[in-house]
Amino acid sequence: MSALLLRDLRLAVRAGGGFGLGLAFFLIVVVLVPFGVGPAQDLLQVIAPGVLWIGALLACLLSLDRIFALDWEDGSLDLLVTAPLPMEAVVSIKALAHWLSTGLPLVLASPLFGLLLNLPVEGYKPLVLSLLLGTPALSVIGTFGAALTVGLKRGGLLLSLLVLPLYVPTLIFGAEMARRGAEGLSTGTPLLLLAGITCGTIALLPFASAAVLRVNLR
Amino acid sequence: MNLNALWEYANPKKFIQTTDRVLPWVSGLAVVALVVGLVWGFFFTPEDYRQGSTVKIIYLHVPSALMAINIWLMMLVTSLIWIVRRHHVSALAARAAAPIGAVMTVIALITGAIWGQPMWGTWWAWDPRLTSFLILFLFYVGYMALWEAIENDDTAADLTSILCLVGSVFALLSRYAVNFWNQGLHQGASLSLDKEENVADVFYHPLLVCIAGFVLLFIALVLLRTRTEIRARRMRALLARERMG
Amino acid sequence: MMPELGKYAGAVLSSYAVSIGLLVLLVAVSVWRARRVKRQLKDVESKAKRHG
Repeated sequence: MSALLLRDLRLAVRAGGGFGLGLAFFLIVVVLVPFGVGPAQDLLQVIAPGVLWIGALLACLLSLDRIFALDWEDGSLDLLVTAPLPMEAVVSIKALAHWLSTGLPLVLASPLFGLLLNLPVEGYKPLVLSLLLGTPALSVIGTFGAALTVGLKRGGLLLSLLVLPLYVPTLIFGAEMARRGAEGLSTGTPLLLLAGITCGTIALLPFASAAVLRVNLR
Repeated sequence: MNLNALWEYANPKKFIQTTDRVLPWVSGLAVVALVVGLVWGFFFTPEDYRQGSTVKIIYLHVPSALMAINIWLMMLVTSLIWIVRRHHVSALAARAAAPIGAVMTVIALITGAIWGQPMWGTWWAWDPRLTSFLILFLFYVGYMALWEAIENDDTAADLTSILCLVGSVFALLSRYAVNFWNQGLHQGASLSLDKEENVADVFYHPLLVCIAGFVLLFIALVLLRTRTEIRARRMRALLARERMG
Repeated sequence: MMPELGKYAGAVLSSYAVSIGLLVLLVAVSVWRARRVKRQLKDVESKAKRHG
């Protein structure tokens, strides 16, 4: 199990798809927003939590098709099916590797990007916390989408179409928590709901992803 | 009646034979109910004292919104039947229903926007009901796109069924998330068993006829489209066999 | 015959027009595809019978 995780992480680092690309994309989104809405500091301050959440979500989305694509092409996915490891474990590890290589760097970098968007001081803790709680769900849901589209040639656009509606609850609660934090309100309720969604998806969705992957490898 | 006899209709041939007889009746009834309901609603109902003549939009808005949700539920049931009992007709019925559901969602959204403009002073508000319908529409589009993208029929049926199950859970979650995110302008349910909340009887009776019309129209369309899907599937199978040798 | 719709005539008429238009379109597309597929299947079946 840990061998698979290590292999995936190594691949992500070497191929440059993980850490680098996602972060660069996140940075570009954050840089482009002030060009779009104007440089007024007070406006940026209001929209900062939402922009940071959307940026993180899109950066996550960008690297989803790599979760299974490489393994599919070189045939190692077929080997994983015959391996003694249950499919549910395989997809969970894949999701974990995706989170470690994409989600975690985004979480760690988000305070820096918050600075660029003039996020108020009290907003940093809820922002980082909400991303820390929310991005695992994004990775798990994304793994499901990637498993659905694994055999398709032009699966990228379809993958976004399938995954983005599934991201709605996570985005709503995550961004709500970051926004309430930035306005100095209590963040307890959205925090609990966000944590609930994340725990639920981590517990249940791997079964769906594994079933889908088995169908696709039939 | 023996319940097991119901599964006989899962045989594609039997399904086509039976619907051959049923379809004209259902379509005829659908047309009658729709014409009666809409004409009654449009020409022979009074204006509402607050909403003026815009209240007549209810005869399209409420039935289409009801159908938009119930068609997704029907797809959920047929997807489950496919997963458990692997009847092809069931999976194809879900495929046949999706575009109808998408159109119903669009009608509900458009009539809602046209109604909202004079009543709320805006075409669109990020109100929970409106927003969840938009999300529902996205689910329909994603579901149909997945069907189109996969070539093998059985693989496509399996994948879309699982997507339908997962999507249902997330659609429900989104519904509550959106409620939490913004309390809206939209009024509560227009139809409920609680008589106090209901719309007045003058509007209620033609509305019931319209709802019946929409349901019948959906049944007629889904039967027709399922037949088409069954034939298309058989055709693909025959062509594939021909190519093999 | 036409009921008095008052100042909201545009809203009511356009929503009826759009909805009925969409429903008719949906029915037309379904019927058209049903006929086409039925015809194609007949062709393929007769061809298959002749060959096999």
